[in-house]
Amino acid sequence: MTEFPQLSLHVPEPAVRPGGMPDFSNVNIAKAGSVPRPEVDAASEDIRDLAYSIIRVLNRDGEAVGPWAGLLSDEELLTGLRNMMKLRAFDARMLMAQRQGKTSFYMQHLGEEAVSCAFRKALKKGDMNFPTYRQAGLLIADDYPMVEMMNQIFSNEKDPLRGRQLPIMYSSKEHGFFTISGNLATQYVQAVGWAMASAIKNDTKIAAAWIGDGSTAESDFHSALVFASTYKAPVILNIVNNQWAISTFQGIARGGSGTFAARGLGFGIPALRVDGNDYLAVYAVSLWATERARRNLGPTLIEYVTYRVGGHSSSDDPSAYRPKTESEAWPLGDPVLRLKKHLIVRGAWSEERHVQAEAEILDEVIQAQKEAETHGTLHAGGKPSVRDIFEGVYAEMPPHIRRQRQKAGY
Amino acid sequence: MARMTMIEAVRSAMDVSMERDDDVVVFGEDVGYFGGVFRCTQGLQAKYGKTRCFDAPISESGIVGTAIGMAAYGLKPCVEIQFADYMYPAYDQITQEAARIRYRSNGDFTCPIVLRMPTGGGIFGGQTHSQSPEALFTHVCGLKVVVPSNPYDAKGLLIASIEDPDPVMFLEPKRLYNGPFDGHHDRPVTPWSKHELGEVPEGHYSIPIGKAEIRRQGSAVTVIAYGTMVHVALAAAEEMGVDAEVIDLRSLLPLDLDTIVQSVTKTGRCVVVHEATLTSGYGAELTALVQEHCFYHLEAPVVRVTGWDTPYPHAQEWDYFPGPGRVGRALTEVMEA
Repeated sequence: MTEFPQLSLHVPEPAVRPGGMPDFSNVNIAKAGSVPRPEVDAASEDIRDLAYSIIRVLNRDGEAVGPWAGLLSDEELLTGLRNMMKLRAFDARMLMAQRQGKTSFYMQHLGEEAVSCAFRKALKKGDMNFPTYRQAGLLIADDYPMVEMMNQIFSNEKDPLRGRQLPIMYSSKEHGFFTISGNLATQYVQAVGWAMASAIKNDTKIAAAWIGDGSTAESDFHSALVFASTYKAPVILNIVNNQWAISTFQGIARGGSGTFAARGLGFGIPALRVDGNDYLAVYAVSLWATERARRNLGPTLIEYVTYRVGGHSSSDDPSAYRPKTESEAWPLGDPVLRLKKHLIVRGAWSEERHVQAEAEILDEVIQAQKEAETHGTLHAGGKPSVRDIFEGVYAEMPPHIRRQRQKAGY
Repeated sequence: MARMTMIEAVRSAMDVSMERDDDVVVFGEDVGYFGGVFRCTQGLQAKYGKTRCFDAPISESGIVGTAIGMAAYGLKPCVEIQFADYMYPAYDQITQEAARIRYRSNGDFTCPIVLRMPTGGGIFGGQTHSQSPEALFTHVCGLKVVVPSNPYDAKGLLIASIEDPDPVMFLEPKRLYNGPFDGHHDRPVTPWSKHELGEVPEGHYSIPIGKAEIRRQGSAVTVIAYGTMVHVALAAAEEMGVDAEVIDLRSLLPLDLDTIVQSVTKTGRCVVVHEATLTSGYGAELTALVQEHCFYHLEAPVVRVTGWDTPYPHAQEWDYFPGPGRVGRALTEVMEA
């Protein structure tokens, strides 16, 4: 007999399951404006608190308050609002197109629009993102043509990726958007390598790595933090914590650690936690981190606290694993509505202009879709050639692939 | 011309490449200050500085992942995986990333990286320092797979690999680093300084990837081999007095099928030799190709001589390693069939 009791395995559970009352009382939300803004050369150990709090700028009354406020003009904020509205309208149309069979698969950003749209604004031409599948705001906010995105989604004859990639796995070097893998976490450490290369060449460009809460459990996440820390790479390590990894709540990946941001502290990487539904806060924190990188002060880890309002993808039904009304109970609200309210409070916007803008944006998206559809959709109209299966595996086609292409009749 | 071991030839290839192109960087575990556990990168950090040749954390997925990012930026990383047996943590980065980036981005991004890794057995390395994982790379479209068998080829092929626009897995048979090992472990080793392929130009030259070399002309049977097994096959042919033609593939992917087909069409018999395990090994692919392209010329079934389908043992190394005895018996078998 042992003096100790029998062991038992701890398996974390979310607070509520379908049928229950949504409960976010465990999400500790700092008051807007209450978190200090340190100097960008602050040491990681001196700003540990920032990994456990939430940096917020917009308060409940729609005012921008505190040390992280005051960075953006009316015009810049209006552009930010338009970008988020455009991304939302784009998603709605493309999700519908998927339901209509015009493509096989889609992933939307609903509720998370501020993260990628505001972050893009902190980058400069030539910087490189290594995104996941839920950062299309980086493209939208950089004015990448929507028609090109749709051509890729429809895998049509103008698809820049020639039908080889799953829908939404865009690639655009010109727009600082590394080819999306669809595999998880691999891009995180690649971003660190890109940033190391920029430093090796004494360049001025920086990189941004992107990952979701669930994928931080992958070993590539930890490799990325080791390399970023060791070589002080000019990289922003972004974690988008949208609470859900398909059906798995964030507690499964987070484990006993208080927050995802806190993962950075053991590596000596300054780590910030920010309200991901607050466009102004996301921008302010991104700018702080990019300035650190540009000044050769090394990496920054940022956790964006947000909520995935929609399903993981067009193949997912969240009502099977979380209360249907959970998104309404999410305490950080909706990023579009919050920025809209702020602009109205500033006197730069109105309900009427918002309704008008919604109509204009929807029209713009519909026009783009019409144009894209003239080049075909997944099962109708123009499509990439069978020849495209065989091209581009290597710079120069080796004999065995040429033989196979000929066998396929091309 | 200079006399070089395979280690010196590999080092010279990186030196020449770093000298010619500032975008070539070299890193990996122990490769910086110390110069690598096999000394392949000795002196490179002192010559080119520690931002072009440096030590990496023990994280193969990190080493390959960062190399991919560097290549996306525009550098040409030539990284060392300390032993081929250590590449598995990086396999995701190799197969789903490095190999696919050109294809999935339609050439928007590319991945010109070289992963050098000591491969194969013969040094009492046990199961974690003796593996030959080449078939795990040849099965992946988008990779090139190179295995040199001598210093001259090692340098020319490594330079070609560094200059190649696509990812290259460069497997260095570690038993050949210091001499042309023929499998007779109980005899003194001949150093490369006494072998004609130890004669290596000091400057720049390259050998095209995808071209095999016939090491021994013959008309009775074709032996297809690569790496250490080239020397074993040559020894076996001499000892058995068989008129064997020995093909050194040098590059497994792309494969020089023409040279194979030409030879087997002439000899009508074929033995395939590799150190790696039998089942689903690269020999299976070679055997299938010979069957597809030379069926009506074959006088006997193709015979494979390989490592056994077991983990690589320690004490019983020489009963595992496909030495000249086993290759010789295969030659007899295929000649008598």
